[in-house]
Amino acid sequence: MNKQFRLIYSIVIVLLAIIATFLLSSVILLVLGANIPKTFYTILISPLTKMGHISEVLIRAIPLCIIALGVSVAYRSGIINIGAEGQMAMGILAFTAVALACPNVPKPILLPFALLMAALGGALWGFIPGILKAKLQVSELLSTVMLNYIAAQFYSFCLRVVMLDPAEKVNGSGTPQSMRLTSNIELGRITGRLHYGIVIAIVLAVFVYLLMWKTSYGYKMRASGSQSRAAKYGGINVSSYLAVAMIISGAFAGLAGGVEIAGVHRRAIEGVTNNYGFSAVVVALFGGLHPLGIIPASFFFALIIYGSTLAPRAVNVPANIVQVMQGLIIIVIVTTQMILSNKYLEDRVYRKVKHIFEKEAK
Amino acid sequence: MDVLINILAMTVPFSVALLLASIGEMFNQRAGVFNLGCEGIMAIGAFVGMLIPFLVGRGGAVPLYYNFVGIILAALLGALLGLFFGLVCVTFRAPQGIAGIGLQMFGVGTAGTLFRHFVGGTQSIPGLPTMPIPALSKIPVLGEIFFSHNIMVYLAFIFVPISCYILFRTPWGLKVRAVGTYPRAADTMGINVNRTRYEALMVGGALAGIAGAYLSICQAKMFSDELIAGRGFIAVALVYFGHWHPVKIMLGALLFSLAQTIQYNVQGLGLSLPYEFFVMLPYLVVIIVLSLTSKNQTMSPASLGKPFNREIRA
Repeated sequence: MNKQFRLIYSIVIVLLAIIATFLLSSVILLVLGANIPKTFYTILISPLTKMGHISEVLIRAIPLCIIALGVSVAYRSGIINIGAEGQMAMGILAFTAVALACPNVPKPILLPFALLMAALGGALWGFIPGILKAKLQVSELLSTVMLNYIAAQFYSFCLRVVMLDPAEKVNGSGTPQSMRLTSNIELGRITGRLHYGIVIAIVLAVFVYLLMWKTSYGYKMRASGSQSRAAKYGGINVSSYLAVAMIISGAFAGLAGGVEIAGVHRRAIEGVTNNYGFSAVVVALFGGLHPLGIIPASFFFALIIYGSTLAPRAVNVPANIVQVMQGLIIIVIVTTQMILSNKYLEDRVYRKVKHIFEKEAK
Repeated sequence: MDVLINILAMTVPFSVALLLASIGEMFNQRAGVFNLGCEGIMAIGAFVGMLIPFLVGRGGAVPLYYNFVGIILAALLGALLGLFFGLVCVTFRAPQGIAGIGLQMFGVGTAGTLFRHFVGGTQSIPGLPTMPIPALSKIPVLGEIFFSHNIMVYLAFIFVPISCYILFRTPWGLKVRAVGTYPRAADTMGINVNRTRYEALMVGGALAGIAGAYLSICQAKMFSDELIAGRGFIAVALVYFGHWHPVKIMLGALLFSLAQTIQYNVQGLGLSLPYEFFVMLPYLVVIIVLSLTSKNQTMSPASLGKPFNREIRA
């Protein structure tokens, strides 16, 4: 088996995976009776045609990138964090609480402090499933999902009661939201609504790269994730690294929440988390669990998230289609990885191809 | 006393969706496949289940059997999704946890998309009427709690001993347990491991679909994005809690829906605690129960979550 065949084989498999994703999403679009090519054009291409659209895409890429970096740290350490939705909500609450409590502190102190508290809020929410997994072997898949629901309720309680805008009480439109935060906590904007959170995201990507691949700490985390028994024999305290990985992962999600409030919304409102927590799992997998892949992957998924919001008006397809596509992409990615790592299958295909070529040569 | 009877009488029908989905998940796990996509299958089942009576009656009265058409269609689609999950996790041996999350997103997304297109907003359907069992429902207290519900409730509880029988007394049940415990031995004895896992996934998917349809047709009598609200994940947790045994799972489902019913009733009493804290209570209970029963995992099917590969020696 030569190198050339291996390359072609991988490319063909990946192409087949992409085609499968399109075909499977087309089935749903077919049921809707939508114009399939036009729908894909609206979701994948039309957001790139205008500058205004591109900055909207970038805004959505920022939280996706930050959360996905955290998810990749956890995944590499052998724990799947699908609780980023809740961790982000807790980050937003911590950030808003700081902002509401000290409106008069100068910006250079307040903003970093508030972002730090946001990260701490998320870290706390990530610590719970982490420690439950490390000490009691509670499945993190179930505990993080449950914590998402709990966080969502707590979030709406805080917005409705504790942090409710005083003006809202007077005018009484009943929207659960905090008051507009003071300007000394705002993250500056580059153009349009695009804010400096993008710099934070890129810095964090570099940080994750250095942490995971250039420190012994990161090495131990990756070792616990890829071969936990070997790591244990090597003297690594696997379960404590699991908990630490969840704390880091939660901190990233919480920080993403803080950045989102400081940069985009500038007050805590309903729907800030916008399913980013789940989308980020897809982003992390799609980016190969590596910062270098996660940055473009977060842009791509921000593209389809924003594109899908254009779909209801352009082609009369509900925006939920993005969730359908994300689910399919997860399934296709993990399947493709298994097929690519299956050396027996590759060998069989190789022999078959060789056989066909030899026949033709005769 | 009346309040208590009321709570208990609500607990029984509320537990049905959890019970069915959880027994379905039990069949999956007994065969060695961890299907986290249960939530997604339930969402699709719930949508399809209510779609049929809605399209026929447009919110008005419909002949009763259309409800059953909806339930059967939900079961078929659930089985189809189980088959799809089998293709991914049994044939291609993809990691089951993350593939399950994919299936969950796909299911919830598809149900939401199709719901917006075909139904639009909140639309109620008449649903199934209550069908008190003639003599038994006249028994004081017990009659109201156990024998004054719609037909699906009775069927679901009759299914508990049936599933026990299937799992522990039929050749198919033995096969399912064998491939979930020691697939290599089962393979040596001539059992087709992958085929059995596919079958179990189809049964589990169908039950999850019915559970979803029960929620939309019999319980809420409508569909919304928040209808399932994590019940699929709770069903998975109940399997752990119930030691992979139908009767214990039934007890778990009853206990859990008791907590839920108490939550509704206490909410109605007008206590000063904000309602959000009552809503989060059931999820909190799940985490606590999972932590307390974490030792149960030693009782899990030995090959749970491990794909089987004939060509590689273990």
